[in-house]
Amino acid sequence: MEISGAELVIRLLERQGIEFICGIPGGSNLPIYDVLRDSSIKHILARHEQGAGFMSQGMARTTGKAAVCMATSGPGVTNLLTAIADASLDSIPIVAITGQVSASLIGTDAFQEVDTYGLSIPITKHNFLVQSAKDLLTVIPEAFRLAESGRPGPVVVDIPKNVQKEMVEFESYPEIGIKQPLPMCNEKYLEKAVAMISGARRPVIYAGGGIIAAGATDDLIRFAHKNSIPVVTTLMGLGAYPHGDPHYLGMLGMHGERATNMIMEEADLLIALGVRFDDRAVGKSCEFCKHADILHIDIDRSEIGKIKPSNFSIVGDVGHALKAFADRVEPSIRIGWSARVSSLRMLHPEILPDKEDFFHPMNLLRVTSESLSEQSIITTDVGQHQMWVAKGYPFKKPRTLLTSGGLGTMGFGLPNAIGAALANPDRRVVCVSGDGSILMNIQELATLAEHHLNVKVLIMNNNRLGLVRQQQAMFFEERYFASTFDSSPDFVAIAKGFGVPAFDLSEEENPSLFLRKLLGQDGPCVINIPIDFDNKVLPMVPPECANREMIGG
Amino acid sequence: MHNYGIDLLVRNHAGVMSQITGLFSRRNFNLEGIICGPVGKGDESRMILTVADDSKLEQIVLQLEKLYDVIEVKRVEDSPLTEVLAQL
Ligand SMILES: Cc1ncc(C[n+]2csc(CCOP(=O)(O)OP(=O)(O)O)c2C)c(N)n1
Ligand SMILES: [Mg+2]
Repeated sequence: MEISGAELVIRLLERQGIEFICGIPGGSNLPIYDVLRDSSIKHILARHEQGAGFMSQGMARTTGKAAVCMATSGPGVTNLLTAIADASLDSIPIVAITGQVSASLIGTDAFQEVDTYGLSIPITKHNFLVQSAKDLLTVIPEAFRLAESGRPGPVVVDIPKNVQKEMVEFESYPEIGIKQPLPMCNEKYLEKAVAMISGARRPVIYAGGGIIAAGATDDLIRFAHKNSIPVVTTLMGLGAYPHGDPHYLGMLGMHGERATNMIMEEADLLIALGVRFDDRAVGKSCEFCKHADILHIDIDRSEIGKIKPSNFSIVGDVGHALKAFADRVEPSIRIGWSARVSSLRMLHPEILPDKEDFFHPMNLLRVTSESLSEQSIITTDVGQHQMWVAKGYPFKKPRTLLTSGGLGTMGFGLPNAIGAALANPDRRVVCVSGDGSILMNIQELATLAEHHLNVKVLIMNNNRLGLVRQQQAMFFEERYFASTFDSSPDFVAIAKGFGVPAFDLSEEENPSLFLRKLLGQDGPCVINIPIDFDNKVLPMVPPECANREMIGG
Repeated sequence: MHNYGIDLLVRNHAGVMSQITGLFSRRNFNLEGIICGPVGKGDESRMILTVADDSKLEQIVLQLEKLYDVIEVKRVEDSPLTEVLAQL
């Protein structure tokens, strides 16, 4: 058969099982859009390419499958870069298909030409500049295979306009790109790891996003229960282990609970699973779990020893390792260690706000969680509100928290919520945002209104860049600068202007009941929630300090 | 001065050099010398790199191994490139 490069792209994406493409058209990708018009794939017209990128992330983060975003050359691409970098740091599989000026114009500073290839090298798992339409037959399936296999990540496919228009003849379609089976862990190593675990007196499991990527939650629970090992998770690992489980100690690190960081200080074995010893989690790395041996298991060999040397490591599927551990460790109640953990938790209880203080974010989040199910999806932006979600929302299932862990990108929440709602039409989605962050992708309220999705946006409004202000309060002797807004937008009026129903919680007579009611309804809405600007996220480990040096709480 | 050599076999295409040097700049690894040329039928290239400091060598090699365009990575003790570099 003979079809154009543009048509080939869309046919290959259809065969790949893609349901949605989020993007914005422009001069250099119009041939692809011309074919997309008649495709079974539904196009979601974002209002900014960063929004499109984050929508595809919302799909990928909730399903684990690679999702697609599109942008035109030049500014379309530069707008997309933040979302790609974000996917890269959190190992999220997305395939970004970008238009490029025709090959004959590349390098001439043509209209809307940027070096997409060069720009995307440091923020992708891999990137392609497609040289001919025939190459699409290998590149497109390969892009999906790469994005989903091993440690997932973003892939950019840059397609010059002449390649989109070029006719290509071929016999049959190639196989679609699928996720390769994960490499198994070495048997002998697993035996040794089990022996290490059995020999340890005070083990702690340090679980990260890798557990979620590997779908290994059930075996993690089985393992921790059978051998009575306390579990801490990273921000990316929230949901990998159920909140409320007696062995669960919550998130570790910069904004972890005091007891959690103290218990880790006493560990003699750290079982590090699908984690990368990020500085927000481990603090000053040479001081982290100083008295513990480290057993590190990860799919990515280059993470072993990158930040901290381990005593023993296994490169392979953490799901395979966890199944082996859960099957092979002897049941144990670890009476001494369990008692020590309990007493540290009693000695340093989590400091909770007064329950009567309804407008404290921790209380608002409690009410929110009570109105939703375990399967509801929470997205966040970046700031204090994000940390309150991480601390205060009882995540019980994997892939229910979507948050920008590695890049910490303000503007992440709303478009991710839209993507999550598109991919999960039967689930409720709540975006917990801040008054600073929401402005960074607020244009996507138009997309939300257009598709009338089940997304509720809660704006925790302290009229501040709260987390910045908190750092100025704690580490810069209260020299506040550039962290308070002199002008505060009327978010209710703005949301209504976009066609999204909106409310101000402070104006309601019974805010608790009203919030519960809204969260139970279908369709989108925006809820502005004024909160006290002096609230702090505590305890907090000062940047570059050891976790034991945490302040407050 | 002692130089540590890394011998790479890579896919040969226009962007491959940026992939390799991009890794070094992004990760703040110091690249001392580089020599490169096509081998075989021309669809592969050989690159010989030298780095002056071995403290990050292990991590450099592991990161290089992850690159899609890198087919093979070998560490070499006495890189012939050291002599070439000395004559520059
Ligand atoms: C794109 C981007 N720019 C700047 C920052 C730095 N930063 C981190 S938190 C924060 C404040 C966020 O304010 P808001 O969304 O209102 O959240 P709050 O802390 O008040 O809850 C800023 C500016 C960032 N994370 N992302
Ligand atoms: Mg704020």
